[in-house]
Amino acid sequence: MSAPAKLPRWAELAVLPLVNLLAALVLSAVVVKLVGESPWAAGKLLLAGALGTQEGIGYTLYYATNFMFTGLAVAVAYHAGLFNIGGEGQAYIGGLGSGLVALWLGARAPFLVVLPVAVLAGAAFGAAWAFIPAWLQARRGSHIVITTIMFNFIAAALMTYLLVNVLIRPGQQSPETREFGPGAFMPLASDLLAKMGINFSASPLNFAFVLALGAAALVWVLVWRTRWGYALRVAGQNQAAAVYAGISPSRIIVQSMLLSGALAGCLGLNELLGLQHRILIDFPGGAGFVGIAVALMGRNHPLGIFLAAVLFGALAQGGSQLSFDMPEINRDMVVVIQGLVILFCGALENVFRTPLAVVFARFAKKPEPAD
Amino acid sequence: METYTIIVLLLAATIRVATPLVLAALAGMFSERSGVVALGLEGMMLGAAFASASVSAVTGSAWLGLGAGMATGVALALLIGFAAITHRGNQVVAGMAVNIMVAGLGPTLALAWFNLGGQTPQLDQPAQRFLGLAWPWTAAAREHPLPGLLYAELLSGHNLVVYLAAALVPASAWVLYRTRFGLRLRAVGENPQAVDTAGISVNALRYQAVVICGALCGVAGAYLSTAASAGFTRDMTAGKGYLALAALIFGKWRPVPTLGACLLFAFTDALATRLQGVALPFVGVIPVQFILALPYVLTVLLLAGFVGKAVAPAAIGVPYAKEK
Repeated sequence: MSAPAKLPRWAELAVLPLVNLLAALVLSAVVVKLVGESPWAAGKLLLAGALGTQEGIGYTLYYATNFMFTGLAVAVAYHAGLFNIGGEGQAYIGGLGSGLVALWLGARAPFLVVLPVAVLAGAAFGAAWAFIPAWLQARRGSHIVITTIMFNFIAAALMTYLLVNVLIRPGQQSPETREFGPGAFMPLASDLLAKMGINFSASPLNFAFVLALGAAALVWVLVWRTRWGYALRVAGQNQAAAVYAGISPSRIIVQSMLLSGALAGCLGLNELLGLQHRILIDFPGGAGFVGIAVALMGRNHPLGIFLAAVLFGALAQGGSQLSFDMPEINRDMVVVIQGLVILFCGALENVFRTPLAVVFARFAKKPEPAD
Repeated sequence: METYTIIVLLLAATIRVATPLVLAALAGMFSERSGVVALGLEGMMLGAAFASASVSAVTGSAWLGLGAGMATGVALALLIGFAAITHRGNQVVAGMAVNIMVAGLGPTLALAWFNLGGQTPQLDQPAQRFLGLAWPWTAAAREHPLPGLLYAELLSGHNLVVYLAAALVPASAWVLYRTRFGLRLRAVGENPQAVDTAGISVNALRYQAVVICGALCGVAGAYLSTAASAGFTRDMTAGKGYLALAALIFGKWRPVPTLGACLLFAFTDALATRLQGVALPFVGVIPVQFILALPYVLTVLLLAGFVGKAVAPAAIGVPYAKEK
């Protein structure tokens, strides 16, 4: 096998991800067939559940909000040449930060005061959790893939301890905090739209969706339109070149991971302040790992991540609807599809690149005059 | 005397907890020593646990279950190999993809085949499981607790897979350090160009390594669902694959130190179970979560170079391109 084949830029960004997605969906259809249901009917039910009603769309975008935060987190680290598998733990600890602010201020301050503090706390806690693996990678050469995985488990143990022993609402069994004060409730999309005179069915979709879009825009500006972003991308692609250009790779590692952790840490704004209104066990629910799929699918670009996050949001929402309608399928089917997307868009991305490159080369040659 | 009994029982529990860790860590050792990141241990183990429990439930034979588990482990390992070796994809992504895919696939297929809400049927026939083997004279040995209890609880009474795992540690060390295959395996993980120059196929060696990795993960998975418990449940590996990876790093990619790390991690687990809510003199109640997090904290400290130094195989995670 020779070096990975070259594709035209637009094909690399649009055609290849779609071909890979198609391959993942075809295999998912095979699995659906295997469990004895019709893939066609399942696909229709899934689409109807995700996008057929206003409530479904609301849920889809609500899930997409989580995936945008974690997907952006993976992407920022990726541009610095780092693989951050710790999004799950950073989201968990970040949510603790936002949640503590919500518990503290929710009952005594209005939302406009709580919001900035909760955002800052979530970002700061998430960044802090990413800082240790980042520092260890930068200064001690500890492989960040392994350390971030370890920090996911340490975060889980820490949060279980805090929720069971410290933060639990006295006199109850399940490990969760008391409810936040109303000042910490994210405004729901249905309420916000109603104020503008638009009727939209109630769903958990809330203001955090706008924050996630803002985060995507911020990442785009930071990574592609600033000197720092340029340094980040140089260090990510070629450390030696970065050093020659006077860029410190270890500083970039720490800074990019702080931003990555901060983005993942914002998940609690949507999940806790938006829906649950309390801190509870395992609220990230795997969104940190879905972020990997979202970033791979979205080619680590904010626009791609938005589209991929909506796709995965639709899968999550449509999948839960599907499990009501088809007794042979439960929500685990969605996890299978996520795994297949990671497989085809990430690990097996070269499989279709070579044949596609051959096709494109054939088309590209025709209009050129022979020489 | 009571303390003594507690300690012996604690050590016996350690052995039972350590068995899947040892098998998975050895599996990871073969893969990583050849230069292929073993992030898929969790998924290969979970897939094998599902296949073993399913086949054992249907056929009534734990041995057929074990075979199915190993076949599943190898199939998943070949998938990772196809992505990572043949197509030079990102090995970390390949491992994560398998882990996530299998986490969904197991319960999905279990629901469709057995209709028990994502589990496999309870394995209630003795032939469907690997049960404890009582060695001779255990009853008599218990009469003389001091050496006898060690014999009765620590050596005797485990199932076949436990003894297999114990035997595989020296066997792996022998393969790795005393055979031609082992020498080549270590070389291909450190300097694949040199191996290629010697006229040996880098890819073939790496495929052999991941196949061994998958087979060993298969045994570990079969242990979980047909020996340690009686059937497959959702997410039953519960991070053991990652813990095994940590043990492999903690053992610096060498068989005997890795066994030590597995035993240490398993001991913390057994200890956490026993110390649940028990007040110790001077320190009071230690939160179980802190003990359970200890292996991960230790591994991070090791990777940071604060506790010894872990040097990974040089070519790990780097796909081999012949032209380079």
